[in-house]
Amino acid sequence: MSRALIELQHISKSYDGKPVLDDLELTIHENEFVTLLGPSGCGKTTTLRILGGFETPDEGHVIFDGKDITNVPPNKRQLNMVFQNYALFPHMTIADNIAFGLKIKRKTDKYIQDKISYALNLVGLQGFEKRMPGSLSGGQQQRIAIARAIVNEPHVLLLDEPLGALDLKLRQDMQYELIRLKNELGITFVYVTHDQQEALTMSDTIVVMNQGYIQQMGSPETIYNEPENAFVADFIGDSNLFPATFVRDELIEIDGRPFLCVDKGFGQNTPVDIVIRPEDVIITTPDKGTVTGVVTDLIFQGVHYEICIDVNGREWVCHSTEASLVGTMVGIAVDPFNIQVMNKPESEDEEAAAIEK
Amino acid sequence: MKNNRRANSFALFGMPYYFWAIAFIIIPLLLVLYYGLTSEAGTISLENVFAIARPAHAKALFLSVLLSVGCTVVCLLLAYPLCLIMVNRQKAQNSFLLFMLIIPMWMNFMLRTYAWQSLLEKHGVLNTFLNTIGLPSLHLINTPGAIIFGMVYDFLPFMILPIYNALQKIDPNLIHAAHDLGAGFWQTLWKVILPLSMPGIISGITMVFVPGLTTFVISALLGGGKVLLIGNVIEQEFTQAYDWHLGSGLSLVLLLFIVINMILSSVFDREGNGGLL
Ligand SMILES: Nc1ncnc2c1ncn2[C@@H]1O[C@H](COP(=O)(O)OP(=O)(O)O)[C@@H](O)[C@H]1O
Ligand SMILES: [Mg+2]
Repeated sequence: MSRALIELQHISKSYDGKPVLDDLELTIHENEFVTLLGPSGCGKTTTLRILGGFETPDEGHVIFDGKDITNVPPNKRQLNMVFQNYALFPHMTIADNIAFGLKIKRKTDKYIQDKISYALNLVGLQGFEKRMPGSLSGGQQQRIAIARAIVNEPHVLLLDEPLGALDLKLRQDMQYELIRLKNELGITFVYVTHDQQEALTMSDTIVVMNQGYIQQMGSPETIYNEPENAFVADFIGDSNLFPATFVRDELIEIDGRPFLCVDKGFGQNTPVDIVIRPEDVIITTPDKGTVTGVVTDLIFQGVHYEICIDVNGREWVCHSTEASLVGTMVGIAVDPFNIQVMNKPESEDEEAAAIEK
Repeated sequence: MKNNRRANSFALFGMPYYFWAIAFIIIPLLLVLYYGLTSEAGTISLENVFAIARPAHAKALFLSVLLSVGCTVVCLLLAYPLCLIMVNRQKAQNSFLLFMLIIPMWMNFMLRTYAWQSLLEKHGVLNTFLNTIGLPSLHLINTPGAIIFGMVYDFLPFMILPIYNALQKIDPNLIHAAHDLGAGFWQTLWKVILPLSMPGIISGITMVFVPGLTTFVISALLGGGKVLLIGNVIEQEFTQAYDWHLGSGLSLVLLLFIVINMILSSVFDREGNGGLL
């Protein structure tokens, strides 16, 4: 991994006595695409605003490139932010919006003109110089907001749910645009979203947050395949999230039925949580399954069917390209390496955090 | 059919307002127009309008414009920073401050002006105080300065309210965005806050300039009859000289100024808002 660029050290922040961030630790590396992912109200925006300098943490330090910038005002930081609602200046043309930062830095007219056309070109909105922000669609305003930020050549671009207001198709297009932009510009992106799909698609590193705590940090693959706790498992993707007993190494019991797994070191007969992704549930004939159940629901979802199976009163969700008719008895099997074992939350607090999402 | 009936019942509700407008706005205006454009003999003539050119009247009008502009500028310079401070404070403290500023508006404005008269008088409260601490008396009453002072005191809330409203409507993220792009306090003020609050500034200017231009009570009480404004001249024509024709003629000139002011402000306002549409 490349050099550490930003470090958040022991950051705490409360509003009106209500803690929003609690002892947050985070390192962001050069050229990394980091995504802060979590439900609404978990403190993502607050974290980003502390990075941008719009909030001062109650405790802790923000280190940028080795220097403490905790108390440096936003206009003196080498970061630029793309705001949740775009925040384009409504009384200025698109060109003036993009030129805003450059004029303040007293760049020459020639330089500014070149930058404007370069940036509009980059976001695919050539010829929009004279338009007013109000006459643009949400997606176009979004691109202008990005253009306005990147002409300043920031080391880091902070993006707060930049695609939140766009419809699905446009959002997907913009996701690829952003990845392309990031690769082209070679700068660090810190991206905030509550959309797990978006996070999985775009990020190098995902930071899953809940109630002001970091729940897990890692590559999209790690977060998806090896969630460390029930909150992460539940928040990322559809999943079968069950309580289980860790009988001994490589053996668990779900509702009294033994399943082989690959995890070790959770003790003996310990209560744990396990997660099985719907696409990892194998439907077979009743005699070949580890457990049997009855199909209760069959929903066609395009790529696959979503099939709900009742196993002794517990619902298993399964994704399969083959339909199973409602009412049929089926067997269920799971490959051992597809069962992810997780510790139960230790404190009541954490439990509440995991459930209340 | 149904729509029609609904429109009719709305018209019915409108009746009291129509009546009000006709009786107390349209008819008086028509009367002013009639008196202003006729001579005492009853023939149509513009002599009463052109009477504004008489040196005494022209001087009064000039002074009125001067004092009103002065008052507007002072109000703007006082109100804008105050409103900036207020919008950046906590909501609760804010309403209290705003409340304090608006309380005087609820008191009779003649009464307030009388209060200032007794404060500023030759042997008034202020001079008594100055003398007590060994300072010489100030000659304040019956000067243009005292009139501006009184006007600012009376009209300041009319400047504060629209500016405060306009500033409050500005999305804080726009200001953050300006800081984010490197702008300091003054640059943000000049390039973002000021242009976006322009509609409020313009309506504040109109709401202070027009009553300032037409005032005659403040100038009578704090000017002591020594400073004649156009409002005083008109008042005297009606109440002392009983020359309704001349009074109306001069009023029409004043009306023209007010209309020009309104047109200018609506033009500016449209430009200010144009970008938002
Ligand atoms: N300026 C503020 N004053 C009071 N509470 C705030 C303020 N900003 C955020 N909060 C609270 O802090 C919590 C986290 O907010 P935020 O960081 O915006 O969450 P997210 O972006 O993850 O949705 C929320 O409960 C929110 O109500
Ligand atoms: Mg947010």
